[in-house]
Amino acid sequence: MKEIVKRTKLEIAKSPEGLEGPGFFATKLEDVIGLARANSLWPLPFATSCCGIEFMATMASNYDLARFGSERLSFSPRQADMLMVMGTIAKKMGPILRQVYEQMAEPKWVLSVGACASSGGIFDTYSVLQGIDRIIPVDVYVPGCPPRPEQIIDGVLKIQELVKNESLRRRDSPEYKKLLNSYGIE
Amino acid sequence: MSAQLLETVTTKINTRLPDAIEVAEMSYDFPVFTIKHDKIHAVLKFLKEDADLNFHFLTDLTGIQSPDEKQLGVIYHLHNFPKNLRIRLKTFFDINKPEIPTATDIYPAANWMERETYDFFGVRFKGHPNLVRILNVDEMDIFPLRKEYPLEDQTRDDKSDKMFGR
Repeated sequence: MKEIVKRTKLEIAKSPEGLEGPGFFATKLEDVIGLARANSLWPLPFATSCCGIEFMATMASNYDLARFGSERLSFSPRQADMLMVMGTIAKKMGPILRQVYEQMAEPKWVLSVGACASSGGIFDTYSVLQGIDRIIPVDVYVPGCPPRPEQIIDGVLKIQELVKNESLRRRDSPEYKKLLNSYGIE
Repeated sequence: MSAQLLETVTTKINTRLPDAIEVAEMSYDFPVFTIKHDKIHAVLKFLKEDADLNFHFLTDLTGIQSPDEKQLGVIYHLHNFPKNLRIRLKTFFDINKPEIPTATDIYPAANWMERETYDFFGVRFKGHPNLVRILNVDEMDIFPLRKEYPLEDQTRDDKSDKMFGR
């Protein structure tokens, strides 16, 4: 019988760099907050088409986004951290997506899933928004038509990296204000 | 069966409203009538109210632009449920004066279909109670399914004409 190899180096959440000794661990508050935020991202699914179906698979047991701390979907934008836009956004829906983004509390991140949300995809036509980055800032783009659940998870992990490494002062910085102003927000 | 229907309807319309029919023909197995645009309202009313014909159901109403691009058209699909008879009516008019009377007073179901036809082709239905856009954004200033307007989004600059045939 084949011997079962027991993995002992499994890391759930890697601890940040810091000073370690018997009975104490010292690190930056920023890193601890980043770690906490990254591993409990509440997604707001904005699913309009087939990418939304892939997202259902991503949330279900086979791929299980809950492994990365994102099992709690928030259908209220006010309690969500990460806006996941999955699917074609028609121009008529643009203002609604923008309103949802504006209602989210800071800090907030945006994941653009699939070709349509990222660039309009095959729908180069009068009625479709040619990428959601024309109305809201996007942090991570996931390519694919539609992307596989692995790709969506990879996109979420990329967002987690951004969350971990973000400065606590970023959202108050003039650069961030300028970014929002370039989209006409605030 | 359908050829017979074509004959019956043609005779009936010609008796009641002479000169209304421009063309009456079979398109495959489907009777199609091209009606003069100033007579379309009277013809629809007659087809619905005539006890024998009884085309009481408007299946569909949509717009069409003729290949020479100078004419706009409206197509009506009518259905008689009790006898299960279907016919199609077409009417064409000048694209520079796209006005025909509304069918909402005959078929209330025409309300949204006429709004859609206005939205995409710019056909103005005189007498329609609420002729505003139904599907496209309210700010749109074109009629997107007319051939003079390009289908592609005009705000993109990452596609070269050479590659995408613009």
